[in-house]
Amino acid sequence: MAVNYIYPEQEIVRNYDRCIACRACERQCANEAHEYLPEQKKMTSDDAKCVSCHRCVSICPTRALKIVRTDHDFRKNGSWDKKNIYEVYKQAETGGVLLSSMGNPLDFPIYWDKILLNASQVTNPSIDPLREPMETRVFLGAKSQDVTRGADGKIIPKTTPQLELSLPVMFSAMSYGSISYNAHESLARAATELGIYYNTGEGGLHEDFYVYGANTIVQVASGRFGVHREYLDAAAGVEIKMGQGAKPGIGGHLPGKKVGADVSRTRMIPMGTDAISPAPHHDIYSIEDLRQLVFSLKEATAYKKPVIVKIAAVHNVAAIASGIARSGADIVSIDGFRGGTGAAPTRIRDNVGIPVEMALAAVDKRLRDEGIRDRVSVVAAGSIRNAADVVKAVALGADAVYIGTAALLALGCHLCRTCNVGKCNWGIATQQPDLVKRLNPDVGYRRLVNLMTAWKHEIEEMMGGMGINSIESLKGNRLMLRGVGLNEKELSILGIGHAGE
Amino acid sequence: MTEITEGRCRIPSGCAISGIFSRSGKRFSGEAVTDSISVMHERSNGLGGGFAAYGIYPEHKDRYALHLFHNDQDARQRCEAFIEDNFEVVAASTIPTSRVPAITGEPLIWRYFAVPRKDKIAAMHVDEREFVAQCTFDINKNFEGSFVFSSGKNMGVFKAVGYPEDVAAFYRLSDYEGYCFTAHGRYPTNTPGWWGGAHPFSLLDTTVVHNGEISSYDANRRSIEMYGYQCTLQTDTEVITYITDYLTRKKGLTYEEVCDVVAAPFWSEIKKMPEEQAELFKYYRTVFAPYLITGPFSVLVGFEGGMMALNDRLKLRSMVAATKDDMVYAASEEAAIRVIQPELDRIWAPSGGECVIARLYPDAMARLKEGKL
Repeated sequence: MAVNYIYPEQEIVRNYDRCIACRACERQCANEAHEYLPEQKKMTSDDAKCVSCHRCVSICPTRALKIVRTDHDFRKNGSWDKKNIYEVYKQAETGGVLLSSMGNPLDFPIYWDKILLNASQVTNPSIDPLREPMETRVFLGAKSQDVTRGADGKIIPKTTPQLELSLPVMFSAMSYGSISYNAHESLARAATELGIYYNTGEGGLHEDFYVYGANTIVQVASGRFGVHREYLDAAAGVEIKMGQGAKPGIGGHLPGKKVGADVSRTRMIPMGTDAISPAPHHDIYSIEDLRQLVFSLKEATAYKKPVIVKIAAVHNVAAIASGIARSGADIVSIDGFRGGTGAAPTRIRDNVGIPVEMALAAVDKRLRDEGIRDRVSVVAAGSIRNAADVVKAVALGADAVYIGTAALLALGCHLCRTCNVGKCNWGIATQQPDLVKRLNPDVGYRRLVNLMTAWKHEIEEMMGGMGINSIESLKGNRLMLRGVGLNEKELSILGIGHAGE
Repeated sequence: MTEITEGRCRIPSGCAISGIFSRSGKRFSGEAVTDSISVMHERSNGLGGGFAAYGIYPEHKDRYALHLFHNDQDARQRCEAFIEDNFEVVAASTIPTSRVPAITGEPLIWRYFAVPRKDKIAAMHVDEREFVAQCTFDINKNFEGSFVFSSGKNMGVFKAVGYPEDVAAFYRLSDYEGYCFTAHGRYPTNTPGWWGGAHPFSLLDTTVVHNGEISSYDANRRSIEMYGYQCTLQTDTEVITYITDYLTRKKGLTYEEVCDVVAAPFWSEIKKMPEEQAELFKYYRTVFAPYLITGPFSVLVGFEGGMMALNDRLKLRSMVAATKDDMVYAASEEAAIRVIQPELDRIWAPSGGECVIARLYPDAMARLKEGKL
């Protein structure tokens, strides 16, 4: 028998006093971690198959199960921790690139948690959102302040195309293919009810969802999957994906086993083939090429839809964003290194890119220094976890944020980070019909609406505390932020003072 | 001890404001506005007072009246070299003052009637007013120890650290006659204010006196600084002045439109408007969103031929307006109006975001332009 170098990361703990051997866990686990032993009339489990998605834990009628992190460990070593050792074992065994899902999980600083908000007192009243209007509506798009007047002297209230959001949050790009039909339906319906937008990602738009087009942003990525006339026509806005925070420098990757008939038709690729997007757009090798694609898409949509350019937060993000602002894009979206993904090489995910807080602050400052901040809206993405992160992002300078992981969590995701395997027990990151149907879009969309409604209330509470009753007065209002435990350099890049200053 | 003054930190203030305007262009002395503001003594704490007066220099109507504080003679000489370089100075003198025991620590206070040099303007490729504005920024930012606190034509700002009535006596405000005066008494929360930090704050002929503390400050500041303005004082008044100047002088908005931008109605109100009007407000709130001002404020904006009074859209600061014949009054308290004009045709508390604008009657405006007011 071959030697197995890997001890499972988690252990399935079953309380046999509670277990009634109903076999629900067995039926629910697509990874086949649970098994019924007929002779002994009891359940058993294989820890090695468990991905820690907690599906069994959540459905167990007697609460007999829990998943714990194993205490099995190596001799303590400051340099060689378990993660590094196991990765060597895996690669020695397979000769392959390690794949992972979701955002960078490593212990890098989370600047959101080192920034604190202000509140009004004495000289300036706080505003009670339960009793006074509190406005969270934002418009995304270029804002030309050149006033034109008609012959009668009246201002002609004409703007370039804008996306109107009831609160500064959108659901970020997650492709049909990487996530399920029901997940897409939930996102689309929630965005419509909330008056915000969801993003198709690079996998095309299923024909059933054209009806939600007014709240849909369609993506054009380097693979050009599913891009055609009707696709562009259906949308409210078009996003060019230049980069992704989880994997800057490389293209999207959808494993062939997730490409069934529907996904194949929507993406316009053969069934069962890996959909691997080229690392760059092969018609964009420089900024002037990007400009051409921006205007090609504008031509194709009769200048009626804003064009978003999504980039990964990398070292020269400020210069890139400035170039994009000058390239005719209406919105630039910055995806930080903690941004999620359905599949990315582990090494890239864990080592490439920079925190979105820093990237956002740098981009906002650069655009202002160059006097072109009004030419584009800025959307921040990549691990926006709660309403406070939203408020802090807006105060740093974002017009709005994208959320991906938080939206999936609302749908039931437990962050087991194995989306690439395609066996999502929660019916989200899978295309297996039996699994997909576990996510009921009626429930899923409601949970998304609930989450956003809750965040909106919290945003309003925090704004009211600051004496601000309209979100535009929070945008870029860095005086409302103070850092704690940050060094001078970090504070200067974030453009905020330290607590006590 | 480090001196904590404007520009080094942000100092919140409470305040009193008052303004008097003659629509027929009748010129009156600075006494009335002094009487008015001094009624509200309790609303200031002696750490800042000031006045803006319009129509006071008809004999110099085509020259910019630059009022400057200089810390010492060295600073004055350095700064004057710059002024001479860029302007033809027709008259330069100290501004007449009287000794008032309560006013101490005065800097050198100078006034220059000056005309920008044409070749300098041409070299900068801007119009005359922009040139003067840029020279003002240049001095305030780069000339240590000198500060321009007034830079318009046929108008002037007079301000100091002290109670407004003492400031008026100090500057002999009753010697000046104009068609409009605004006044301010300041109640900063901390530190002896600096003379430059007193209100009114001004740029060209736009002056602002303000009561409140705006919560949108840094959003406003960071936006306006993109367009050639430098907020060196970190005060609300400064940023409100620049926003007003930007929207009117550079974007061509009327003062009524400025009100609609900075104190825009709530979306819930916009929804109820007729479509055409709603579209316009949606436009303002989209394109000029960075200039929405939130948090409490009542402001009086003075400009050539007019005065605008405006409250924040929730009306978080008191302000009363009144008229009597051709006279228009606005003040933090009704008492401040009644004390100078007990009989009024109309007196009301403008609602939040309601724009109150007094303008010279057309014939008076024409006379103002001719210097015959």
